[in-house]
Amino acid sequence: MHRFANPARFLKIANAVLPWAAGLSAVCFVAGLYLGLVASPPDYQQGDTVRIMYIHVPAAWMSMFTYSTMAVAAAAALVWKHPLAEVYAKAAAPLGAGFTALCLLTGSLWGAPMWGTWWVWDARLTSVLVLFFLYLGYMALVDAFDDPARGNKAGNILLLVGAVNVPIIKFSVEWWNTLHQPASVFRLGGPTIAASMLWPLLLMAVAFQSYFFAVVILRIRAGLAARRVQTLRLGQAG
Amino acid sequence: MTRKRRRMMILALALLGLGTATALTLSAFRDNIVFFYSPSDLAAKPPGGRTVRIGGLVETGSLKRDAGGLTVTFQVTDTAKSLPVTYTGILPDLFREGQGVVAEGKLGPDGVFAATELLAKHDEKYMPPDVADALKRAGHPGKPGDVPASGAPVAAGEEHQTSTLRTNP
Repeated sequence: MHRFANPARFLKIANAVLPWAAGLSAVCFVAGLYLGLVASPPDYQQGDTVRIMYIHVPAAWMSMFTYSTMAVAAAAALVWKHPLAEVYAKAAAPLGAGFTALCLLTGSLWGAPMWGTWWVWDARLTSVLVLFFLYLGYMALVDAFDDPARGNKAGNILLLVGAVNVPIIKFSVEWWNTLHQPASVFRLGGPTIAASMLWPLLLMAVAFQSYFFAVVILRIRAGLAARRVQTLRLGQAG
Repeated sequence: MTRKRRRMMILALALLGLGTATALTLSAFRDNIVFFYSPSDLAAKPPGGRTVRIGGLVETGSLKRDAGGLTVTFQVTDTAKSLPVTYTGILPDLFREGQGVVAEGKLGPDGVFAATELLAKHDEKYMPPDVADALKRAGHPGKPGDVPASGAPVAAGEEHQTSTLRTNP
């Protein structure tokens, strides 16, 4: 595992993965959007409004996936001082914030006609909003120090503290009465969603996931280059 | 090596402490975190004159609409207890008998819950209309029994209201 924390070795693998991730994402987005928005059946209760789910649910999954990986990276950075872990967390943060914003927006658009409200303060919606603020807080915090090392350390601690929110999001719909419905796919007893709707959803999930990998690799490359520039500058000045 | 181990121990202990503290806090504030109470909760802990939210299923066959008005009355049930609710206003698309509902309002002295806001609650089942129809024909005891006989996807709440009322006079 620690072998891949070496930036040079990581970049070699990442550069090989990048075109595949980008290509897979493009193919899955086209297929998933067509199947989800055009070819899949409407829902027996919601009608065509169900199609919002094909964006909302993958975005929600990715918002939690991204945060979880950032929290693991933060732990690795604090314990083993891997520079790559900090670069990863910084690279992933805006993506995670974007997924969370997309999840909140599409959820609101679905809630207005279906529930009869744009927003309620139930446990699921509130905990996802907290996740959004954690992303924004992390991004503000890491850049708030003159010394980048201190900023990264503070950011890593914030990420780990915020990690308690991830299980709260996942289980909020089971622990408390919420307006938000319980899980339909990752639940005991199997999915409660018809196969003709599950396949487009899974395609969209793969599309979101591979999009994330492609863009995060690009951002890590930029982050590593920025670090190298900074080290060279310090060397010149000294 | 020992310094890494020590950092790891400190981190694990800190996270364990934080997790325990969060779990204790959340369980202590359970009553405030729930979005609504069930009719059984309400019977056990009467809210007095407070505005509260109640939630449950709209009992099948209990929905009555005032002649010419926007006022509806229905029973909200958690299968153990049920509570009569009255509401005046526009109903959300998903509001129908046998489906979940959340109502905000006050419990009157007559035992009728006067709702000022009504939200429909969706369940975790997603299926195309023909599957729901097939399930209904097979006599499946689940939710699809509440699908209108036509089986057509219904977008407008109004349209569905009438069909629900027709199937359950």
